[in-house]
Amino acid sequence: MVYPDKAVMEGVAQATGMAEVKGRSLWSDAVTRYSRNRAAVIGLVVLIAIILFSLFGGFFAAWSNEEIDWGRMGNIAATGAPSFENGHYFGLDDLGRDMYARTVQGTRISILVGLVGSFVAVVVGTLYGAVSGYFGGRTDQIMMRTVDILMSIPFMFVLILLLVIFGRSIGMLFVGIGLISWLDMSRIVRGQTLTIKNKEFVEAAIATGVKPMRIVLRHIVPNLLGIVVVYATLLIPGLIITESFISFLGLGVQEPSTSLGALISKGASQMQYGVIWQLGFPLFFFLVTLFAFFFVGDGLRDALDPKDR
Amino acid sequence: MFSYIVRRLAVAIPTILILVIISFALMFAAPGGPFNSERPLPPQVLANISAKYGLDQPYWRQITTYIWNIVAHFDFGPSFKYKDRSVADIIKSGFPVTLTYGFWSFVIAVIVGVALGVVAAIRQNTWIDYFAVGTSVAAQALPNFVMAPMLVLLFTLWLGWLPGGGWNGGQWQYLVMPVIALSTSYMASIARIMRSSMLEVMNAGFIRTARAKGLPMNRIIWKHALKPAMLPVLSYLGPAFVGMITGSVVVDVYFSTGGIGLYFVNSAFNRDYSVMMGITILVGVLTILFNLVVDILYAWIDPKIRY
Amino acid sequence: MIIKTTMTATATAILLAMSSMAMADSHVMAGDVLAPADMQTFVSRELDEFPSIDPSLIQDVAGNDVARQLFEGLMNQDADGNLVPGVATGYDVSDDKMTYTFHLRPEAKWSNGEPVKASDFVFAWKRAANPETASEYSWYISLMSIANADAVIAGEKPLDDLGVAAPDDATFVVTLSQPLPYFPQMVVNAVTFPLPEATVTSLGDAWTQPGNMVSNGAYKLTERVQQEKLVMERNDQYWDNANTIINKVTYLIINDENQGLTRYLAGEVDKTEIPTGQYPRLHEEYPTQAQSFPLLCSYYYAINMSDTGPEAFKDVRVRQALSLAVDRDIIVDNVLQGGQKPAYTFTHWATAGFETPDVPAASMTQDERNAKAVELMTEAGYGPDNPLTVDLLYNTSDAHKSIAVAISQMWKQTLGITTNLANEEWQTFLDDRGNQRYQIARAGWCGDYNEASTFTDLMTSTSGYNDSKYSNPEVDAAAADAKTSDNPQADYTKIEQIIAVDTPIIPIYHYASVKMLNDHIRNWPVNNVQQNYYVKDLYKVE
Repeated sequence: MVYPDKAVMEGVAQATGMAEVKGRSLWSDAVTRYSRNRAAVIGLVVLIAIILFSLFGGFFAAWSNEEIDWGRMGNIAATGAPSFENGHYFGLDDLGRDMYARTVQGTRISILVGLVGSFVAVVVGTLYGAVSGYFGGRTDQIMMRTVDILMSIPFMFVLILLLVIFGRSIGMLFVGIGLISWLDMSRIVRGQTLTIKNKEFVEAAIATGVKPMRIVLRHIVPNLLGIVVVYATLLIPGLIITESFISFLGLGVQEPSTSLGALISKGASQMQYGVIWQLGFPLFFFLVTLFAFFFVGDGLRDALDPKDR
Repeated sequence: MFSYIVRRLAVAIPTILILVIISFALMFAAPGGPFNSERPLPPQVLANISAKYGLDQPYWRQITTYIWNIVAHFDFGPSFKYKDRSVADIIKSGFPVTLTYGFWSFVIAVIVGVALGVVAAIRQNTWIDYFAVGTSVAAQALPNFVMAPMLVLLFTLWLGWLPGGGWNGGQWQYLVMPVIALSTSYMASIARIMRSSMLEVMNAGFIRTARAKGLPMNRIIWKHALKPAMLPVLSYLGPAFVGMITGSVVVDVYFSTGGIGLYFVNSAFNRDYSVMMGITILVGVLTILFNLVVDILYAWIDPKIRY
Repeated sequence: MIIKTTMTATATAILLAMSSMAMADSHVMAGDVLAPADMQTFVSRELDEFPSIDPSLIQDVAGNDVARQLFEGLMNQDADGNLVPGVATGYDVSDDKMTYTFHLRPEAKWSNGEPVKASDFVFAWKRAANPETASEYSWYISLMSIANADAVIAGEKPLDDLGVAAPDDATFVVTLSQPLPYFPQMVVNAVTFPLPEATVTSLGDAWTQPGNMVSNGAYKLTERVQQEKLVMERNDQYWDNANTIINKVTYLIINDENQGLTRYLAGEVDKTEIPTGQYPRLHEEYPTQAQSFPLLCSYYYAINMSDTGPEAFKDVRVRQALSLAVDRDIIVDNVLQGGQKPAYTFTHWATAGFETPDVPAASMTQDERNAKAVELMTEAGYGPDNPLTVDLLYNTSDAHKSIAVAISQMWKQTLGITTNLANEEWQTFLDDRGNQRYQIARAGWCGDYNEASTFTDLMTSTSGYNDSKYSNPEVDAAAADAKTSDNPQADYTKIEQIIAVDTPIIPIYHYASVKMLNDHIRNWPVNNVQQNYYVKDLYKVE
């Protein structure tokens, strides 16, 4: 299964090098370093702007996201183009619904999917990976083979099942995506843990008789924070892309709600029919959102990397 | 290390077994079945079909028969949906297709991705860097189900250079668009990873020393920097390789290539249990194999890692 | 159109004229200049790989399209959908209308040169009914009312008890369990095609592979690549080979309909379906290529009237209001835009020998319907103080989604109903709808044969496809009467008028086949409402 951002993750683990977090001062250092990175700052500003747009853009809409403009329906190519006069700033979709309202609402859902999925990945993946890596041996074997197995189960099938057995709801979509997203995270965290657990401070903790679970939570996990934050930021665009793929297969959010992925998938199928705004606007917000997340993620990674660049 | 590999391969067998059992459980839990259609079948007809495919047997019996057929006869059963073919036929016909376009996508993604990453790193913070980063982020973000129809519109309808789809035994004209559509996002990932790891290596002590000694830049890059900088990319290539050679549903849908990528989704929708299982096992074996390769690479990169 | 039913109903010996058809190039219109031989190809776009091309196992329309070129059954259809001789030159019907005797033409041959014998039909029909074959389409054999079909399929009687026989090589006799006026219409389906017994027996499942397959149609299979293409070439053993013009037939599998259209416009295919809503634009741009013909299917919403359905749907006024508030004209003119017709009754308007009955809703304006709908809802006790919420279930597809969204907005604006839209992937959808786990569900029905009972039978309480769980003894009685009546139209009118009142379903539109068709192709069966085409009858002009 092509799972677009599996990509970056594995690399990040290495590229971040072994991001060791050494005491508090690092965070203020990081802020300074981040604010010096122009692309990252712009990314953050754009990201905030998009989030504001997705939350409050609806107040400026002349139409709701489900109302059909009956008068223009059926002849969208000729009468549905973006226009300020009739209140359809982004034009109409193929059924005569307002693209502006739908884009606002779709952006909101897509960002939400990214954030929630990435949150699940962080919580589950970090704990799982850290435990597996720290305890090693048979525990590690079993836990990692479990991940292998879960990774090999065709993920569409899992999603279909989840959406079917537990009902079709946006919540289930979050859970489904989250359930899949933690797998890569756990592998990366485990890899990092393997390096960290050989460090002096961990050995010191063991020597002073700290209990294993406490070492994981108190010493390993905090030291993974750097990579986890970076990975989580980079995971969000991956999840947004995944959601778009699910929408492409028709398993995404239920109408009349929509997501950027659903809008793009529909727009792409109509691209040669003279209604390019149906693809253009959602694709623009999709790309800009992803750009922003990517640059914020890269910025964070550089900022948290203690090596001076 | 050798004993570690042997141990991992030994563990692979029960892993696959568990995978088979879990997949079976998922299939039994899913609503519907391979023989449901708009028109529900009369019970008697359904009974005949269930008997023919062994679906009337208890679950444990179906699983053991299935496993036994694979172990003893290497027989993965007939497809429930495509009745003229067995699962082996489908994989035999579809896997070479995805292997071909996946392999070429891999080659192109690696060459272009690495080159782009290296150039961007060496010319950090110049317009070349911004261009490389910008295009790779865009390439990664552009869904391939948008790119695929765009390619067909451009190359087939407007320019008339390439056939709009099909495979024809894998002639190059039929390969171009699938390879572009599949390799782009991988290429972008490789470029981004390569860029950041190259930056790191170029700042490392031994490169600074080499520069201080006045070695020519080309020589530094080719002889000293490239190899260590490739390592993070290598660890990424394992799962990416599996992802590419097992194909993509988008490529198979838009370019009618006839690869197995289509069956990932299609067999689940059709409840074509046997094809589903065959594909699952194929992907499972490949995933386990290449995860092992990645883990060995990890150990190679950082000798401090103990297994 | 009525000719067919009366023809079959007049139980005496009917011998169809055959000789005139055999005249050289008889189906080429005067004045047409044929394209050169290497241009005489036909390329069709198909949605998905054919589940099977074994006539005993085929159950889908696309598979039938392929089988119709490779094999030839007892009867064929002409461009208008009328029966014309196939392997049989004609048939006799016994006085009790229970025995059909088909006379096979002696010159019919398999692609390996062997003659086509009556025993090949007996073998094929028995194979389809054989429980060991486990054909999903074996129910068609019982639908044809062949004597002992049900018992044979159930394995309760031996295969030899099936009511088919071959007294000699040129005579094929079918015995029915009850008179069935439209029986001859049914023998154009692939499951009734003859099979080469020796090949099937010796090769088993592999007999359908290119190189193995022996067929008796105008074409023979030469290449098949899964999910990519199926190619067939002219069969020079075919008895009417001299009149076949198209030399090569290719089916390309293109899953995405928009890709299909792009590749049509690039000249790679000769025929493809037009995506929803694109017909008007394409028709303007390519008036000779964008085509719309009636297609024997009806689109409707089933209302769950069983115990699992909501209490509100037990009230006939609510059901009527829901139906009245659907503006069919908007659906066909603004959503589908492909020449479909609004439906107020279930049976497709173009069904042979069927006249659409009058129902009150059909002649009202939409404003009148809306007013009436509001009135009914108010009477039933629903309104702004007591708003109704309904769940609308459809299977994942762009077209179904568009219609569901539009209708949900109509209900909202006219009746103040909140509609929860739910789309499910196909298998889940079938499971939920078939087990009445829905409130309102999308449904579609295509006629198995060109006669009204294929639709009206769905409304009987015993029908397995009656997902509304609607039951009305009057409908059941009328449907039973229609099977043997000399004037079944009266029964069909009665059924349609009853369901228009009871509203177990909301008929929405009657399908049209909307496609792009290469304008060099001639003789396409425009008036065949099942769109059963025979490539041997087509030809390409300069």
